[in-house]
Amino acid sequence: MSTVRVLVGTRKGAFVLTSDGKRGRWDVRGPYFGGWEIYHLKGSPAEPYRLYASQSSGWFGQQIQRSNDGGQTWEPVGNQFMYDGVPGTHQWYDGTPRPWEFKRVWHLESSLTDPDTVYAGVEDAALFHSTDGGQTWQELPALRGAQGHLWQPGAGGMCLHTIVLDPSHLERIFIAISAAGTFRTDDAGKTWRPMNRGLRSEGIPNPHAEVGHCVHRIAMHPSRPSVLFMQKHWDVMRSDDAGESWHEVSGNLPTDFGFPIDVHAHEPDTIYVVPITSDSEHYPPEGKLRVYRSRTGGNEWEALTKGLPQRDCYVNVLRDAMAVDALDPCGLYFGTTGGQVYGSADAGDSWAPIVRDLPPVLSVEVQTLP
Amino acid sequence: MIRVVLPTHLRTLARIDGEVKLEVEGLATLRAVLDALEACYPMLRGTIRDHGTHRRRAFVRFFACEQDLSHVSPDAPLPDAVATGTEPLLIVGAMAGG
Repeated sequence: MSTVRVLVGTRKGAFVLTSDGKRGRWDVRGPYFGGWEIYHLKGSPAEPYRLYASQSSGWFGQQIQRSNDGGQTWEPVGNQFMYDGVPGTHQWYDGTPRPWEFKRVWHLESSLTDPDTVYAGVEDAALFHSTDGGQTWQELPALRGAQGHLWQPGAGGMCLHTIVLDPSHLERIFIAISAAGTFRTDDAGKTWRPMNRGLRSEGIPNPHAEVGHCVHRIAMHPSRPSVLFMQKHWDVMRSDDAGESWHEVSGNLPTDFGFPIDVHAHEPDTIYVVPITSDSEHYPPEGKLRVYRSRTGGNEWEALTKGLPQRDCYVNVLRDAMAVDALDPCGLYFGTTGGQVYGSADAGDSWAPIVRDLPPVLSVEVQTLP
Repeated sequence: MIRVVLPTHLRTLARIDGEVKLEVEGLATLRAVLDALEACYPMLRGTIRDHGTHRRRAFVRFFACEQDLSHVSPDAPLPDAVATGTEPLLIVGAMAGG
């Protein structure tokens, strides 16, 4: 029977949750790296027992940890993230130029084919990669040439938080930055273009600007890589041309603000978001924690509430804290800033907490093992 | 022989149990001690001082002999008691809680 492994990053350590394919009983291990912020953990699609973790601390900086046994043991690997050349400046909150300065790794994305190749999205926004299993890291600096001097941090920092690899075109990578927008390379990072046409953001001087949009997350179904879904600061968006243009699919959502967005493992038009009240009220509307599902690729949404708290709930779900497994029916998981990790073994129809009292959850990833 | 006491999180990271004992050739300075420490434990590079500039990280402090050495030049001699191993060099995570 299959095994599901849920990798949870929190403000104070990492946790590994495992279950069989029924997804009813869970084994909880951790905390790993107790006391450290674990922004993200990611397994290699090519070798699922190879995991990477981003471990950071306000005191002691950044570490990258690597596991070769599915998270039972870990070893620190390279932690030097040096921008290529003289990195220049971006915009600071007050509009003044600010030199790029490395702060932390937000997101790790393993190559689809090589367990030793992994990408790291960092703050201040840049993309690094390693081809030696995380021992050394090199920047892909052309990204910052895509109008990087105009990028400006959002409230959470100027972070590169989303990396989407195209399985049909291995040199194509999509990334997203708060608050710069979405960018695409078709040549493995040698050149990049902003991919923000159709986005409208009222919080910037030109709502239709080429860069400056606060994209929170983008998602793709691997069988249909030209279709992308986006949760923006406000607005849920869709692209049918690999990011060349976007149109809004917020439809009947109670609010179109939120952070995560994900796609069902087997239904490319079934997508999920967690609506959040507003940019200043980072909790669900009416104190009801609801995942919304669209089976039509957007616009028409239904609330999924069974098993989720429907009163007095004021947690948030961060951008990297939702994921799907590959079983049938598809499993869905998300973590909250209140330390709960909820799971659904029926594509969101019903939910149950796997754990209730972890530190605030920063990220959730899922591996489905044969 | 110079004794160094690391904060808990760095001992865990480097899998160190108790004090670190280092041999430092030449003048015993903060720079020489940190160079020797990072040579023995490469995973500590970047955790105490910046990779490139070697500037002390903002929330790390150096104490010894009841003195705060955090703002002393990294090339200044450490106190004799540290250089001879009578007293340890304490590397401390600054109090930064609420």
